[in-house]
Amino acid sequence: MGKLTIGCFSSLVGSMSLDFAVKLSAAAIEKGHKVDFWVSGNGTMLSIKGQRAFKDYSALMKPVQELMGKGLTITACEACAEARGYHKDNTIDGFKRHSMDWYLASAFDADRLLHIGGE
Amino acid sequence: MSTTKLGFIVQRPPYKSENPKLALTHAISSQSVEVYLKDGDIVTADIAFVGDGVLNCVKGQKAMEKYALSSTETHIKNSLLLDLNVMVCKEDLARLGLSENDIVMDAEEFGAEVTTKVVPFSEITKMMEEVNHLLFF
Repeated sequence: MGKLTIGCFSSLVGSMSLDFAVKLSAAAIEKGHKVDFWVSGNGTMLSIKGQRAFKDYSALMKPVQELMGKGLTITACEACAEARGYHKDNTIDGFKRHSMDWYLASAFDADRLLHIGGE
Repeated sequence: MSTTKLGFIVQRPPYKSENPKLALTHAISSQSVEVYLKDGDIVTADIAFVGDGVLNCVKGQKAMEKYALSSTETHIKNSLLLDLNVMVCKEDLARLGLSENDIVMDAEEFGAEVTTKVVPFSEITKMMEEVNHLLFF
């Protein structure tokens, strides 16, 4: 099985890119692949605890937590998160926070890197 | 010992979105990635500005003065200081009426030894073919 590294810089609300990236992660994990998921820029919104699911807005906390339970490694850019006021105590349990070199390190041995830029 | 080459392609103009600056900060982080890797393993970052992305390279940016933000120009100079390969598409510069005189070509005041390379798009394509992964910003 392979390793897929996904980087997504789009926001949770206002873009469907994170929805796509989470669904792609689910499909890859279902097939037995390892997935590293990096969120940076506005994508760090995905890391916030307490997201409320409305039908008119993307709500990905639950599927992300389910995927983490199946082995998804997901990490937010710490500087991007802090700049937006997303602090460690308001981060989903198990959602890692690192500097940008974590993403590049993950890319080092990835079979495929899928980079989805921001808005 | 192994090397993974990454190509950062910047195609969006500066300041309209965060993307160009994130491209540069992520590329610069290639200099500290070893902490996660085995001894001798490295990640290299080449940066290419294409399309409207070449506008990121215009010199004399006043981001600090106007917005109290570090400029994209400063990030490009930091990239040169760190010996990253910074390429700018020659045809796209010409399309926008710009020349080497209008863009950041060096960072001598930072102590950088490498310079920006203004190259035909064919050379950027060659770089894109040689890297392991491409990241479009």
